[in-house]
Amino acid sequence: MLQSLRCAAGALRESSAACQLVRPAVAAAQRPYHKNVVDHYENPRNVGSFGKNDADVGTGLVGAPACGDVMKLQIKVDEAGNITDSCFKTFGCGSAIASSSVATEWIKGKTIEEVVSIKNSDIAKHLSLPPVKLHCSMLAEDAIKAAVKDVQAKRAAAGQAASPAADEKLAASA
Amino acid sequence: MTQPLGRAGARLLARFAKSSSVAECSGAAGTAPKVLAAAQAGRQFSALPEPIEDVPPHPATANPAAAIPEELMEMKGIKLSGAPLYLDMQATTPLDPRVIDAMMPLMTEQYGNPHSRTHMYGWESEDLVEGARLQVAALIGADPKEIIFTSGATESNNLALKGVANFYSGKKKHIITTQTDHKCVLDSARYLSQRGFEVTYLPVKPDGLLDLELLEQAIRPDTAIVSVMMVNNEIGTLQPMKEIGAICRKHKVFFHTDAAQGIGKVPVNVNEMNIDLMSISAHKLYGPKGIGAIYIRRRPRVRLEAQMSGGGQERGIRSGTVPAPLAVGFGKACEVARQEMAVDTAHIKKLADRLYNGLNDQLQHIVLNGPQDQKQRYVGNLNLSFAYVEGESLLMGLKDLAVSSGSACTSASLEPSYVLRALGVEEDMAHTSLRFGIGRFTTEAEVDRAIALTVQHVSKLREMSPLWEMVQEGIDIKTIQWSQH
Repeated sequence: MLQSLRCAAGALRESSAACQLVRPAVAAAQRPYHKNVVDHYENPRNVGSFGKNDADVGTGLVGAPACGDVMKLQIKVDEAGNITDSCFKTFGCGSAIASSSVATEWIKGKTIEEVVSIKNSDIAKHLSLPPVKLHCSMLAEDAIKAAVKDVQAKRAAAGQAASPAADEKLAASA
Repeated sequence: MTQPLGRAGARLLARFAKSSSVAECSGAAGTAPKVLAAAQAGRQFSALPEPIEDVPPHPATANPAAAIPEELMEMKGIKLSGAPLYLDMQATTPLDPRVIDAMMPLMTEQYGNPHSRTHMYGWESEDLVEGARLQVAALIGADPKEIIFTSGATESNNLALKGVANFYSGKKKHIITTQTDHKCVLDSARYLSQRGFEVTYLPVKPDGLLDLELLEQAIRPDTAIVSVMMVNNEIGTLQPMKEIGAICRKHKVFFHTDAAQGIGKVPVNVNEMNIDLMSISAHKLYGPKGIGAIYIRRRPRVRLEAQMSGGGQERGIRSGTVPAPLAVGFGKACEVARQEMAVDTAHIKKLADRLYNGLNDQLQHIVLNGPQDQKQRYVGNLNLSFAYVEGESLLMGLKDLAVSSGSACTSASLEPSYVLRALGVEEDMAHTSLRFGIGRFTTEAEVDRAIALTVQHVSKLREMSPLWEMVQEGIDIKTIQWSQH
């Protein structure tokens, strides 16, 4: 309880209420893991890292060690906005690992506009997550959005940095 | 569903092969009539009952291999290749074969009610129960009259706190315990605080030990009882019993200790330690589940209010028929523990060192929670934090290893252990802890397998951990602004 209060107190983001809602000290009966969770836990897809400073890489780092879940999801995006590759690393329970593994599979080959519409409920449904584990799928959704935001921010910054230089070139040639 | 149990049972029996009679009786699974036949052969009946006809085995147990392939059994969605190796001795221990041998006659032929006064069945049962009481008393240096059988340590703890508090409630209104005591002590204290008692929950030092000065300062003229756990169930901290007992005696306050994790494992003498009340559980020392005892001092006399109304058994303190087979098993377990304590301790210490050193040789960033000095801990409990790996996912990977994260009572909740938090263990580290429990029947091969499995899965999960990656890159995780979730 103390922890969930602390987590909630430090929360600033929109989905922060999740910690308070999902993490009360209610004794959850030991539930069997769904076979999809076990499969993704035992054979996680796309574990790894891309260079986080690369211009075509977007990184989403969400969660907190004190809450027991940290998810890092990365995407590689081409000029047209297609996600050509994705990977993850997760510190968290089996459901958190499975949620991020599923997320990396689903976003590959889609555009950055498409993937932001992936809902946590879709991931939760695919993995049959029990209510106490729903925050894992929310974290995966947040990680996707954060990764897209990151690559968009990089592009915008690069665009701004590039355009004055281009203007200067034009001015110089004229 | 029956296969894992069957295999676990077979595994245990293989271990018990030395103990002849048990292996013979239960080795032939599902043949209850044979057991009865064996019992009949061993005893003369004045009037023989009709022989029981052979009952066909239940379809589910008839051929469990037919239902589930040999390599694959599934429980709770987890596929297992066999019964996991058991390293959870703080949760419970297997029965010692000598204990089963002692109990068997009471479950077959000597089934009398120990409180029956009118026939031989009652008399022999009573004799056996009184013998068990003597064995329990001998282990802790008590008088047998000071031993009351209960259902276990939870009941004993309830009885000690509520019983004493209610009996002395006219003059005494204050109770002292620690933040790391067992849930049943804390919950009993909370119950009393809702009924007009004041409770002081003493903090502990980072190794889990009680600050004796704080204890002495906390004692008031109206303090009824001080309750301090002897050996902590989660981290194995061994409290300084003698010193605490001396302080309580000096201030004329009753001293209760929950000794469920300590009895039979560390030497205990209620007189040397000035213990006034003590809770004991049989199934933590290779005895049967469902029985325990409370030690209640007679000189100076401790009085308490019974929590159960009934026939006045156990000196009116705990009504209800004493489960004679369990009591006899409990007694035998205490006798065995008394005889074997030195051997057990040496064996367990050797294996605990092997486990700890084996893990440390191959993995970095392991923290032993609780005291580092082996004199201040029970050596059979190793509570380890594997930094940058989340405990629940590690448990999921270590499906071939029966270990626990936190105490068994709290492992169903997602919160990190309250004991680790009371020690000041940071929350991210508290999320990464596992408890390895080593016991009398743990083998070197089991420890070696446990090391190999743990190293394999911790390494795998660290490769998947963004925190581990950051640490490898030299990033201080504490400086990162985490998005709180």
